[in-house]
Amino acid sequence: MFRKILSPFARFFEFHARTHYRTERHSMALTLGIIVAAGVGGFVEIAPLFTIDDTVEAAPDMRLYTPLEQAGRDIYIREGCYACHSQMIRTLQDEVDRYGPYSLAVESQYDHPMLWGSKRTGPDLARLGNKYSDDWHVRHLVDPRAVVPESVMPQYAFLLDETLETESLPDRLAALRAVGVPYSDAQIANADADARGQARPETDAAGGASARYGEATNIRHFDGQEDRVTEMDALVAYLQILGGLTDAAFENRPLEED
Amino acid sequence: MMERLTGAERQIALMICVVMAIVGLVMAAAGHGDPMGSHGAIVLIAAGITTLFVLRAIGEPEPAEDRTVNYYDDPTKAGLVIALFWAVVGMGMGVWVAAQLAWPDLRFDAAWSSFGRIRPVHTSGVIFGFGGNALIATSYHVMQRTSRARLAGHVSPWFVLLGFNLFCIVAASGYLMGVTQSKEYAEPEWYADIWLVIVWVTYFVLYIRTLARRNEPHIYVANWYYLAFILVMAMLHIVNNLAVPASFTAAKSYSAFSGVQDAMTQWWYGHNAVAFFLTAGFLGMLYYFLPKRAERPIYSYRLSILSFWGIVFFYIWVGSHHLHYTALPQWVQTLGMTFSVMLLVPSWASAGNALMTLNGAWHKVRDDATLRFMMVAAVFYGLSTFEGSFMAVRAVNSLSHYTDWTVGHVHAGAMGWVALITFGSIYSVVPLLWKRETMYSWKLVEWHFWLALAGTVIYVFAMWNSGIIQGLMWRTYTDSGTLAYSFTDTLVAMHPYYVARACGGALFLTGAILAAYNVYMTIRHAPEKRPERDYPTSSKAAEPAVPAAE
Repeated sequence: MFRKILSPFARFFEFHARTHYRTERHSMALTLGIIVAAGVGGFVEIAPLFTIDDTVEAAPDMRLYTPLEQAGRDIYIREGCYACHSQMIRTLQDEVDRYGPYSLAVESQYDHPMLWGSKRTGPDLARLGNKYSDDWHVRHLVDPRAVVPESVMPQYAFLLDETLETESLPDRLAALRAVGVPYSDAQIANADADARGQARPETDAAGGASARYGEATNIRHFDGQEDRVTEMDALVAYLQILGGLTDAAFENRPLEED
Repeated sequence: MMERLTGAERQIALMICVVMAIVGLVMAAAGHGDPMGSHGAIVLIAAGITTLFVLRAIGEPEPAEDRTVNYYDDPTKAGLVIALFWAVVGMGMGVWVAAQLAWPDLRFDAAWSSFGRIRPVHTSGVIFGFGGNALIATSYHVMQRTSRARLAGHVSPWFVLLGFNLFCIVAASGYLMGVTQSKEYAEPEWYADIWLVIVWVTYFVLYIRTLARRNEPHIYVANWYYLAFILVMAMLHIVNNLAVPASFTAAKSYSAFSGVQDAMTQWWYGHNAVAFFLTAGFLGMLYYFLPKRAERPIYSYRLSILSFWGIVFFYIWVGSHHLHYTALPQWVQTLGMTFSVMLLVPSWASAGNALMTLNGAWHKVRDDATLRFMMVAAVFYGLSTFEGSFMAVRAVNSLSHYTDWTVGHVHAGAMGWVALITFGSIYSVVPLLWKRETMYSWKLVEWHFWLALAGTVIYVFAMWNSGIIQGLMWRTYTDSGTLAYSFTDTLVAMHPYYVARACGGALFLTGAILAAYNVYMTIRHAPEKRPERDYPTSSKAAEPAVPAAE
């Protein structure tokens, strides 16, 4: 039966085997063959994602991460949070019911790199912003099991003591602009001051942050400490903006129409 | 180690060490206050230690032997020992992270010891440290024997082996300091990535130059796979790691890609790291050591050809099955799913080819634990490729994705296939390389086999259970149409399986420690024996005829 199924391809197999028999006598022929055979798939699947326009939806209201939020995102990456938390709500009913509207491509348009994740040891965080208070986040990060007794999350109390390093933020924003995030010259030049201003509402710098990133920017003492800007400030600022860069996902709800 | 190098070669080695030391010094000075500075210090120390080794040999007399009549096995030996070291470190880290999920207080309060920072130490430690060193070492061995020629060069094999290990050390120490790109299995930052490219290009040149010296008209199948492993990993590594550093004096960089394009590029890399690192390379091992140990020829040449090109062509398409139901366009998801299912054909062709090779040697499989390692590896290869194709189907993936089922699947492949074929190969090659009669203790090999098999089965069953339970709990609704379980309900349900998983991993780790001990004792204490014929013969082999269809 096997022979019968394969018989239409017999001539191909014969040709293939004979070609290979000749190829395997030349290391460079083998090299070229491998590069071509392995190059096709990646090219066909990846290149069009850059050229087909409707791969990423249009979202005119899309805003950028503030320097403080970007610093928080870098801490999220540094601590490996992505290993246990996804930021990608799939187009499945139970995920939409549990986490909120499914994720759109445009929401991670400025995420270099994306943090969609591959494993949910903890819940998805794509719509975490504004779900809990700053205070809840700080308590939870300091001692997760004091807030959720069943949690297996590591504690991150040390973030509360680490002063946030902000001097490198202009460089970091400039690098992000080099890869395609549209930060303005003023945003890059003032990144250091804006980051500290966003966590210190009583200072003049706070006004600069809201002037450059919009009135809707969260400006407050995220970690509850008034005298200093810590890594906890940055991380909580980032967690509170997750899902809040654009409303596109909330306006796009085809699942509920039918 | 260095006494087989000529005076000129020792000088080249010394120069490379000095250049490395300068690079380390510059990194340490420029990156002061940043993790990059610590990495500079590590590079400096590594260069210093290597310099000491070279300096000790530099005054020694030149090698008197005719080097062309022997194979050059010193780098292979070093690579195998280093691989076993990484096996214990990487698997030990694995047991620790697994235990943290069952008992989160085992994290102890340091910043570096959280799950997120040590998990990549485990993954990179076993994939690159253990797997990578085993691949480099065995490839040196296999390319010389199947070409009947000595390695092309005496400095470059050391450069590749030690350079690759420097990459591994920089990677692992970086994770503990929080240096990561967050791209799974491609976490190291830009300077480590550039270094790996230099090492890898040298590896390719060494491989091609050795093949060019061969005394066989045809290149043996194991070499096709090693070659595919080297070439495609270079392609994947370079594209996926394109990034712009925030500053040349600090570690942090930002990926050139964002959002959906980045996701696709990452999983194109991620799944093909599985394909060309964890599959193609180890198939090269299988195609050499299994027939050699069984003393049977490969069952079918044609099947080898078909499965090789099938794997090279199909695998590269399947990365998008990691992104079902996400914001990735549907057409790419469908392509990934389709090719994943088609991939079963060449995968099973390889596994079948390996198992059919054992026909007529099954009594050896029964008696010889080393061959049994390889046989069971081939079985696990067949099982996990079937499971992979199955999980890539969109409907199955909706349940399995984001759960422990994926973790179980990966470990069925990594423990059952990759690690078992590696241990089998190590046990068969160590007595040959160190010119011993046999391994120090066959009983320990037998113990290792059953510990590894039991550990793998316990691990995989625990993860199947927890993954499927969690997936089902997430999607269960009550009669009134609301979700039945909170996320924390599922966490409570996972706990017993997390304990079981840590136990399975501990059994597997115990086996690896036994292997390291057994290899050490073989080198030190097993009785000596010269292998009868293990040297390059330059006689021209007769051209084999085109084999008829089987």
